[in-house]
Amino acid sequence: MLIRKILPHPYLTLMLVVVWQMLVNKLTLGNLVLGLVLGLIIPILTAPYWPNRPRLGSLPRIVEYMVIVLWDIVVANIQVALIILFKRNADIRPTWITVPLELHSPEAITVLAGTITMTPGTVSSDLSADGHSLLVHCLHAPDPDAVREQIKTRYERRLKEIFE
Amino acid sequence: MIIDILISAFLVVSGVFGLVGSIGLVKLPDPMMRLHAPTKATTLGVGGALLASLFYFYFVVGRFSWHELLITLFLFLTAPITGHFIAKVHIHRHERPDTLPPPGGARPWASFESDDARTRTEGHEL
Amino acid sequence: MIQIALIFALGCFGLAILINLYKIITAPGIGDRILALDTLAINAIALITLYGILMETTMYFEASMIFAMTGFVATVSYTRFILRGDIIE
Repeated sequence: MLIRKILPHPYLTLMLVVVWQMLVNKLTLGNLVLGLVLGLIIPILTAPYWPNRPRLGSLPRIVEYMVIVLWDIVVANIQVALIILFKRNADIRPTWITVPLELHSPEAITVLAGTITMTPGTVSSDLSADGHSLLVHCLHAPDPDAVREQIKTRYERRLKEIFE
Repeated sequence: MIIDILISAFLVVSGVFGLVGSIGLVKLPDPMMRLHAPTKATTLGVGGALLASLFYFYFVVGRFSWHELLITLFLFLTAPITGHFIAKVHIHRHERPDTLPPPGGARPWASFESDDARTRTEGHEL
Repeated sequence: MIQIALIFALGCFGLAILINLYKIITAPGIGDRILALDTLAINAIALITLYGILMETTMYFEASMIFAMTGFVATVSYTRFILRGDIIE
């Protein structure tokens, strides 16, 4: 229980130490110690803003998800660039779609919304007040159901394994 | 030589994507569609420029700097958030509940629920 | 070769910034103007980074990092102001 008091958010501490090292750009003992001090103090001072600890799944799953998303970002950009440059405005079919969510933890929904914005032709625009569905705008979607299906099978299923 | 080609390719691709993002801002007809161009194309353009800089300083000058990686990560994390906020501004000003698809639950989209209604359903202030 | 590619990329981002400025002036609504400002900030980060390569100095990274942070905070506070009429509640 003592370790829980000193380290309320171990992932946050780890992230703060790593980001501090990257900011000072030089790995010395002094910088490491200063980073550790910051990494210990900041989570304790900001504890009221982080009410609960998110659960994270296995590391390989997280890495797999990140690789898939990075790859999709590159593909998405090429698709969007082609649509912007070579499609006449009259041929583009923008639509709103509703994605019903099976995820419940706020962290998972945040990651899903961010992923949707960064990947093929979709921007997440709003969440329903009860948190059960996500409003997504598609730049060019002749078949809205396929887009919804892709979001659910490609991203949401994986996030469910990671967070829940 | 290969490094030169790699860095040049990164630079050219990033320049093209950055430009395409801004062209999309002018060319696309609808405000929500215009949101797509900068959130994706420009972010990748900047990411490419930062990676080119990372490779240049590591392979040509011989100094490794973590800062580019940090900026790229920061931009990739914040781009969806700004995109989401700007979409909410658009919904707030130009859309009504009947111009959007229904949310499928009992409660409306978060942009259309008043603070009073939220306090009543959830039983506490925000 | 890197020099030519660098000049090309600088030209692209410069042109992009000009387009953004034009859009800021002629934007039809407030959302478009915020979007154009946000894009302008991101393009400026790219321009600063490329200028750093051109001058072969790492001094400009701090500048582009601060630009990234202030650009993000500025966009979020503009949108917050329009959505809620207040920035910090």
